[in-house]
Amino acid sequence: MSDTQTGEGEHEDPSRRDFIYIATGAAAAVGAGAFAWPLVSQMGAAADTRAAGSIEIDVSKVEEGQQLKVLWRGKPIFVRYRTQKEIDYADSVDVASLRDPQTDDERFVPNFEGKINKSLLVMIGVCTHFGCIPVGEAGDFEGWYCPCHGSHYDSSGRIRKGPAPKNMVIPPYKYLSDTVIKIG
Amino acid sequence: MSGHSTYEPKYAAEKWIDKRLPIVRMGVDFMAFPSPRNLNYWYAFGGILTLCLMSQIITGIILAMHYTPTVGEAFNSVQRIKRDVPFGWLLQSMHAVGASMFFLAVYIHMFRGLFYGSYKAPRELLWIIGCAIYLAMMATGFLGYTLPWGQMSFWGATVITGFFGAIPVVGESLQQWLLGGYSVGNPTLQRFFSLHYLLPFVIAALVGLHVWAVHHVGQNNPIGIDIKTKEDTLSFHPYYTMKDGFAIAVFLMIFALFVFYLPEALGHADNYQRANPMVTPPHIVPEWYFLPFYAILRAVPDKLMGIMLMFGAIVVLFILPWLDTAKVRSMRFRPTTRRFFYIFLFMCFVLGWCGAHSPDDIAIPMGHGGMTFKWVSRVATLYYFAFFLFLLPVLGWVEKTKALPDSITKAIHDGEA
Repeated sequence: MSDTQTGEGEHEDPSRRDFIYIATGAAAAVGAGAFAWPLVSQMGAAADTRAAGSIEIDVSKVEEGQQLKVLWRGKPIFVRYRTQKEIDYADSVDVASLRDPQTDDERFVPNFEGKINKSLLVMIGVCTHFGCIPVGEAGDFEGWYCPCHGSHYDSSGRIRKGPAPKNMVIPPYKYLSDTVIKIG
Repeated sequence: MSGHSTYEPKYAAEKWIDKRLPIVRMGVDFMAFPSPRNLNYWYAFGGILTLCLMSQIITGIILAMHYTPTVGEAFNSVQRIKRDVPFGWLLQSMHAVGASMFFLAVYIHMFRGLFYGSYKAPRELLWIIGCAIYLAMMATGFLGYTLPWGQMSFWGATVITGFFGAIPVVGESLQQWLLGGYSVGNPTLQRFFSLHYLLPFVIAALVGLHVWAVHHVGQNNPIGIDIKTKEDTLSFHPYYTMKDGFAIAVFLMIFALFVFYLPEALGHADNYQRANPMVTPPHIVPEWYFLPFYAILRAVPDKLMGIMLMFGAIVVLFILPWLDTAKVRSMRFRPTTRRFFYIFLFMCFVLGWCGAHSPDDIAIPMGHGGMTFKWVSRVATLYYFAFFLFLLPVLGWVEKTKALPDSITKAIHDGEA
C-alpha cells in the first residue's frame, strides 16, 4: 500500500495541492466575511428608525425668553427665543478664547431670505460630554448647565467650562416659512 | 485534573462508566483536590462567588419569563413582577441585591488575591482569566441595570454608551451601531436584554477555565509558599467544603438581610421613574460597584483622557503579574508593601466616595472653601495608578522581605500561618 502511495505522490503536481488549499481557504474566508457582514450590519439603525429622522416644528408660539423642547431622533431639540441680553452676551465673547471656537453667527442657518434670525437658537440639547440634557438658564455663562458632570454652556450653547469637548450641536435644519422649521 | 487519580471504581456499573466516560472519576478527584492546609476565610470567596453566579442565573432565567424588553412595557413588566407575579418580589429582589452581593464578593476575592500575591507565577493566567470574568461581570451588571427602564437605567446607558462616542473619527458611527439608532431606544433595550442573557453563560465558561487553572497550578495560600509535601495539604472535601459551607451560610445571612430588610438600600429612587429622554435626573450615579471607576472618569477635565484612564484602571489589573517584581508572594512577608497596600485599599474607598458626589462639591472643608471631590479623586486616582505602575515594580526590587518559613506545615507548628 505504502509503495503505491509513494508512487502516486511522485506523479502528483505539488502546486495542485497548494492551489486546492489556497482556494479552500479563500472560499472559507469569503464565506465567513459574507456571513459576518449581515451579523454586523443588523446592529445599525434600522430603516424605520432612519425614516423617522426628520420633523417639522412650528415656532410661532415661542415667546421671548422661552424654550421649546422637541424630541428628534430620540434627543431633545432646544428652540430658544433668546433675550437681547443673551444675544449681546453671546456676541461679546472673544471667540479665540473658546475651547471650540465659533462665532455666535456661525451657529445659525439662514432663512429663505438669506438672513439669520439671532433670536431663535436651534440646537440639539445634548451635552457633548456624555449625552445628558443640560438645564436651561443655569451655569456661569447665561446659558445652560449640565448636571451630570458639570459642563457650562453660554447663551449660544458654546462650551465654556467643564469636561465637554464641543459646543452643543446645531442640527441640520431649514426654515420652511417664517414660523416653521424642518429639522433633519 | 492534575496529579494522579485516587478514584477506584468498586461496582461493575461504576467500572463500566469509568471506562467509557470517566465523569465520576473527575468529580471524585475534584472533591479530593489537595488544598493547602492553611487556607483562611478569605479563601472562601471562590465558593461564595460560584453560588452567586448560580443564584443570578436561576433567578435571571425566571425573571426573563415575566419581563418584556420593549420601551413601552419594560418598566411596567418589572413593576408587575414585583407586585403581581407570585414570589416575583422575592426573585426580583434576589436578582437585584444578588448583583451587589456578587460584586461585593468579587472585590473581596480580588483584594485577597492582591494581598497574598495570587497573581504571581505560575498563576498569571489564572489571575488574567479572573480579570476577564470581572470585566464580563461589569458588562453584565451594566446591561442588566438598563432593563428596568427607569431614569437611572436610561441615563446610565446614555452616559456609558457615550464613552464610545469619544473615540476619534469612528466614535459617532460606532455609538450609533451599538445603540441601533441615534440614541438609546427600543433597539438598544432589546439587544441589551439579549446580551444580558448571554453573558452569564460566558462568565460560567470562564469560571470553568478559572477553576481548571487553579486545579492545574494549585491554590495559593496565606503565606504564599509552594506545597512541598502531602503533609502540607488537606483534601478539599470534607475540610474545605465545611469551611466554605460555613462562610456561605454567613454570607447568605447578609444577603438575606438586604433582600428582606433593605431591598432598596443599594438602588436609587430615580429608577422608580420611568425613563424619560427629555429630562436628565439632577444627579446621575452608577451602581455602587462602579463608583470608583466613575470617580476616575470624572477626575480629568478631558473626555477622551477620562475614558482612557478609566479603562486603564482595569487594564493595569490584567498586566499586574508583570508589574509586581517581587519574588515573595504574600504581603505577610512584605512589611513595606503591605502598608502601601492598605493605603491602596483606603484610596479605592475614597474613589468610591468621590464617585457618589458631584465633582464640584466640597469634600474636605477648609476655611471658607475646601477641597472639592474632583481634587480628592485626582489624588486618589494618582495613587491608584502609582501603586500599580510605580510602587509595586520598585518595591519588588528595594524591599527587604521577612524570612519565609520552610514549609506550610512548619509555619503552622511555629504559629506563623
